[in-house]
Amino acid sequence: MYEHDVIVVGAGGAGLRAAVAADEAGADVALVSKLHPVRSHTGAAEGGINAALQEGDDWELHAYDTMKGSDYLGDAPAVETLAQDAPEDTMRLEHWGMPFSREEDGRVSQRPFGGLSYPRTTYAGAETGHHLLHTMYEQVVKRGIQVYDEWYVMDLATTDEDDPNDRECHGVVAYDVQSGQIEGFKANQGVVLATGGPGQAFDHTTNAVSCTGDGHAMAYRAGAPLEDMEFIQFHPTSLPSTGVLISEGVRGEGGILYNSEGERFMFEHGYANNSGELASRDVVARAELTEVQEGRGVNDEYVHLDMRHLGEERILDRLENILHLAEDFEGVDGLVEPMPVKPGQHYAMGGIEVDENGQTCIDGLYAAGECACVSVHGGNRLGGNALPELIVFGKRAGRHAAGDDLGEPQIKTGYGDDVEDETETELPVQPGSAGLESSGGVAADGGVAADAEGILQRKVETARERVDRLMDKDDGVQHAEIRAKLQQAMTDYVNVFRTEEGVKKALRLIRECREEYQDVYVDDPSRTFNTDLQQTIETRNLIDVAETIALGALVRNEFRGAHWRQENQNRDDENWLKHTLVSWDDGAPSIFYRPVILEGESKTYEPKERSY
Amino acid sequence: MSTQQQQPETQEAPEDPEMKGAESPVDEKEKEDGMIDQTAADASELEGKTVLIKVFRYDPEVEGKQEPRFDDFHVPFEKGMTVLDAVMYARDTYDSSLTFRHSCRQAVCGSDAFFVNGKQRLGCKTQIADLEHPVRIEPLPHQEVVKDLVVDMDHFYDQMHTVEPYFQDEDTPNPADLEEQRQSPENREKIKMSSRCIWCGACMSSCNIAAGDNNYLGPAAINKAYKFAMDDREGEAIKEHRLRILEQEHGVWRCQTQFSCTEVCPKDIPLTEHIQELKREAVKKNLKFW
Repeated sequence: MYEHDVIVVGAGGAGLRAAVAADEAGADVALVSKLHPVRSHTGAAEGGINAALQEGDDWELHAYDTMKGSDYLGDAPAVETLAQDAPEDTMRLEHWGMPFSREEDGRVSQRPFGGLSYPRTTYAGAETGHHLLHTMYEQVVKRGIQVYDEWYVMDLATTDEDDPNDRECHGVVAYDVQSGQIEGFKANQGVVLATGGPGQAFDHTTNAVSCTGDGHAMAYRAGAPLEDMEFIQFHPTSLPSTGVLISEGVRGEGGILYNSEGERFMFEHGYANNSGELASRDVVARAELTEVQEGRGVNDEYVHLDMRHLGEERILDRLENILHLAEDFEGVDGLVEPMPVKPGQHYAMGGIEVDENGQTCIDGLYAAGECACVSVHGGNRLGGNALPELIVFGKRAGRHAAGDDLGEPQIKTGYGDDVEDETETELPVQPGSAGLESSGGVAADGGVAADAEGILQRKVETARERVDRLMDKDDGVQHAEIRAKLQQAMTDYVNVFRTEEGVKKALRLIRECREEYQDVYVDDPSRTFNTDLQQTIETRNLIDVAETIALGALVRNEFRGAHWRQENQNRDDENWLKHTLVSWDDGAPSIFYRPVILEGESKTYEPKERSY
Repeated sequence: MSTQQQQPETQEAPEDPEMKGAESPVDEKEKEDGMIDQTAADASELEGKTVLIKVFRYDPEVEGKQEPRFDDFHVPFEKGMTVLDAVMYARDTYDSSLTFRHSCRQAVCGSDAFFVNGKQRLGCKTQIADLEHPVRIEPLPHQEVVKDLVVDMDHFYDQMHTVEPYFQDEDTPNPADLEEQRQSPENREKIKMSSRCIWCGACMSSCNIAAGDNNYLGPAAINKAYKFAMDDREGEAIKEHRLRILEQEHGVWRCQTQFSCTEVCPKDIPLTEHIQELKREAVKKNLKFW
């Protein structure tokens, strides 16, 4: 058994930042990650970091834009914290040596992004995430923080009180990918989940293959609710063949979208008469698909993104990476021809419910980054707001887990007096547990609080038994088959456009995946670097997370942000200024709601029509 | 004991490890009808056909895989198919034990560097249509093989860590006052290419010197040091400290300018030039010449 004060799971931007913050707060920190830190998906972020750095801009404008962009589903205390902390935290990256793009006077450059009232996106070429990831990893190396790389965290060690609000998290169970050895990691102060997004629930995604919602699923089964999972962002510009991302920076620099008839459809078809290509992402994604559906798509599949008019010099200076991506993955030279683009799953606005200090309703369990929902992005994330979220809330979660007092949070978590129960939704199938493999994630201690080590030891044994069972079984279904079916169901029915019947179909298919999973087996008999085993465990996580996405999409019968519903194409503020929460309750999901907090530090954000 | 003795009927035949790869169609007829010949073909010629990939297999634990071998997989070609797509197809369709690292599949995580047709390349950005057939896929040379295409990267990471790969400023101002350090666009441009390294290890694997001298810092680590040493924000004293690390016995002077690192770098970093430039800097500072 390993033992540290703070254990950070996941070593992308949020995890690395949390580890550095916890280290600075005096804790003995360990990072446990299924990848080596520099392989994390943060490295694929391209656009930039929103921070009000310049005169003429201020954090309040950033907060306002973010609230509006969220379609009034962001919580004001979280949004204001993001906008207030982002400038200092961005400057700290600069002082840690991050190679930002520069102006003539040597100051960091900023550029316009969708939905922003001021060009406040600080960037490093079109590879901002790569530089952020490496800069943060350098700080981890500098501080000598212990890294357990290629250790896959399978489960959390939490107590099993009936009310998740009374539970405590004492550590994690992980297996060494290289040797197959399963071990407990005891956290004396706290566990920070920073495991990234669940993009692999969809088959056309900009996300890495490693983005399998592990943190979501572990926290969910341990009793922390998942919040606003129906809000999945589809990025308007991903390459059709692979899903590789073409940065919003292209449109920020002046790139233009055309349909097959050469029309600049964002204006000519009235999707966004003021902002055009720089309307927020949900608006542009729907516009593109509408063009394709109405027969004005290229090859009935995509539209064109043109940056030729920007000129070679500017493209090479600011968007060089995009040229390489278009060439390598689509065989298109962006200097002489337009690039094919279509919407692709990109980001989960929802996640593990946390307060503005990064804490979940379970004592000692924190989450930050894409796996968490604070919530700053609400119904739609503005481009350039993911990276400041990583550094701001990664830092806060790390500090808090290490014992720093960040003050009383204004955001509540868990099931409490302020929530509203959902009782009326008719479901097409019984969601949740389908048998042994799907049993809960809470240590069964019969209600008697065992000591931390005892709880961890029991979880380690359960994990070893689970792995033995998967390895010993010599016939059945393979995870790849189930995963493909799940991804297809989500892409077919829980995509940009959603109907009640479609989402119900998805729930039925997810149920089938869950039942097939009862018969899953691992064919590779080796304990050495068994990716078959790892992916089998990940697939179970994807099933749970996909189900929460579909459940949220079913109950929210309105159109808000990225969540479009055919039956009701209006935002319904009267009934839906509230977060959807799904919690794993004794083997089955239960749904409840919590009101959005629109009261900020000095003002209340009044919902307005979101026009661009 | 008589050799005539019958096997009990209930005994199962021992599993033939070769069978797994063989689940993909390998018969001669296929070869004649649909398969690619041993010549390079352009994408249009490949449409509707299968591609033969020969993948290196090894597992220290599993009987029958302890002796390294190549498995053949026939993968249906699709336009735009990369080496990574092909091995993923083979794994998901024919043999789930086929093991390799991969994550972002867009040339930024650096985890899928393989030795493809005798050259270090990133699987995800290498188009099958650009390669000679059959395509031979092996783990990176000069690194210990953990299993199949997975190599032990520890030595690579250790060398990266040797050069103190983190920013060191002489006088840290308080970032709370929101003043960034200034850096000219020209200076930023100077370090730009060096900052693109994704730690894939292709350069190290291609380097003859690194293969013969385990202590040689290697092109990736030296390039990492270059990124900091050439960044004006760090200041002269720290630059000198960095050059002292680099001019040691197993540092920049080991490089014999064979350009193999530069040739294989998937991010087009001029590694050899960076090493040469650091040699010149070391000379300018009158540091030791090994």
